[in-house]
Amino acid sequence: MSEHTTDKRVREASRRRFLQAGAALAGGSAIAGVAGSTALAEQGNNLPPSVPEWMKTPGDPMGSQPYGAPSVHEKGVIKNISKTLPQYISASGRTPLQELDGIITPNGLFYERHHGGVPTIDPAEHRLMLHGMVDRPLVFTMEDIRRFPSQSRIHFLECSGNPVYTKPYGKTASDLVGLLSCAEWTGVPLKAVLDEAGVQAGAKWIVAEGADAAALTRSIPIEKCLDDAMLVYSQNGERLRPQQGYPLRLLLPGFEGNMNVKWLRRLKVVAEPAYSREETSKYTDPMPDGTSREFTFYMEAKSIITRPSGGQKLTTHGFHEITGIAWSGHGKIKSVEVSLDEGKSWQQAELQEPVLTRALTRFRLPWHWDGTPAVIQSRAIDETGYIQPTLAELVAVRGLNSFYHNNAIWPWHIDANGEVTNGQA
Amino acid sequence: MARRKLKAAFLVGAIAMLAAAAQAEDRFGIGRPATPAEIAGWNIDIGRDGSNLPPGSGGVERGRAVFAEQCTACHGDSGQGGVGDRLVGGQGTLASPKPIRTVGSYWPYAPTLFDYIRRAMPQNAPQSLSNEDVYAVSAYILSLNGIVPANAVLDAKSLAAVKMPNRDGFVSDPRPDVHNR
Repeated sequence: MSEHTTDKRVREASRRRFLQAGAALAGGSAIAGVAGSTALAEQGNNLPPSVPEWMKTPGDPMGSQPYGAPSVHEKGVIKNISKTLPQYISASGRTPLQELDGIITPNGLFYERHHGGVPTIDPAEHRLMLHGMVDRPLVFTMEDIRRFPSQSRIHFLECSGNPVYTKPYGKTASDLVGLLSCAEWTGVPLKAVLDEAGVQAGAKWIVAEGADAAALTRSIPIEKCLDDAMLVYSQNGERLRPQQGYPLRLLLPGFEGNMNVKWLRRLKVVAEPAYSREETSKYTDPMPDGTSREFTFYMEAKSIITRPSGGQKLTTHGFHEITGIAWSGHGKIKSVEVSLDEGKSWQQAELQEPVLTRALTRFRLPWHWDGTPAVIQSRAIDETGYIQPTLAELVAVRGLNSFYHNNAIWPWHIDANGEVTNGQA
Repeated sequence: MARRKLKAAFLVGAIAMLAAAAQAEDRFGIGRPATPAEIAGWNIDIGRDGSNLPPGSGGVERGRAVFAEQCTACHGDSGQGGVGDRLVGGQGTLASPKPIRTVGSYWPYAPTLFDYIRRAMPQNAPQSLSNEDVYAVSAYILSLNGIVPANAVLDAKSLAAVKMPNRDGFVSDPRPDVHNR
């Protein structure tokens, strides 16, 4: 069949669908009058007993979306980007956590943090330079990087300022901890690339630099570089998105997001850190006594209930599944506990397998809501035995101005109408 | 005799080649050598001790002009902040309930100022300022904070010698710091 004929058939089908919709609309009101006594029957021309319109005509032809997009009915599921940021070059956008299931974040919804905008990099002209305290300073093309033995691993990434300690607190799970996402990453262990150059004795740190307009620079302890650090070129099966560092990024599982340098162009092996702006005046954690913590790498154990969560509404009494995500930069989640009574008592949630190290873990708890107001919250416990703290416990040690690494338990309040709001607000 | 020597030399050479081959086998042989010129072009990191600071110099007066042209749109006429970070003031506030973190009150090392301005500023045209202008703007921002005199001219040596007020204000990560078991 020629393309022309196909187009014609599709146009004809659309025309029929339009006419049928009009006829059905006219008939609908008549049915409504008759069906008034059957309280539970739904009304609509696409509902039983009618045959839905999308069954009466062929759907969109193959190739109408060369790169697939979500249903038009999911167009509200987008990144959560504030409309009132002071600027959008050095800025962040959040994952809509409460709209997602499972543990993998779709690439289009992965959270973003840029310090100099998103560069458009031609991979043919991108180079990774490896120099400093090495026997053989080297330059790699992207083809070179992809020749190394590859590996794929699932890990979360989280911004260190997710959320801050001070009010106003976010309304939704995304507002609160949406600078968090999880993906399957493919690339090469950094150690394999370092071995090519031969790291010299006395090397303690590696300074990583991005090829963005911030030339963002962070220093990574050599132990991490030789352990589970990766040079990543693919995310969830496809090449990295520009927003995630295309064509090459560093991945440091469990370390704060900004250290996972995107658009990676240079690795310098050194004896002491760079003490760059990002690791002295930016990503340091102020304490009440006026000192600041530096080199605060790890993201500690944390969890959040994503359903029901802020901005949602329970429309019926009875069974509801409570579900959410837990994660720890120090390894696997050992357990997640959920409280339904303002933190007085806690019960074990079920963990979805597989439970992976430094990855999101989905938890669930069946619940019967009887319509009385409730405060629900979750707390994560990781394999080191660390227990996610309350906000009060964190603030008691760190004060309100610490800004980074807030991993507090976050409660949701459910009122008698089923409206869910931030329980901390 | 000469022949035996040659044989020995051949053997030594062969063993060396074998050893090199064995070592090379541990590697993949991927990538090519980076030339000194390539490294010099990209290696823009300045150490906290001022290492790798380039030749040249710049003073407060020139810095004021560069700042007015390149920086005030985001950082304000006198570094008070705006779309961009506040750069001036806040000394003595870090232990207060409303700490103000600026270059003057917070940054521990002056050479980092040169490093950051050169690599990332101005935001709309990073790595566009001459080294002299980066020295000059660094001097101007430090002078606004009262850290160098209003007539200061800074170069690699004098910038490295500047002691920042909050130099000793940083501690290592003590986490886990909340004991809730």
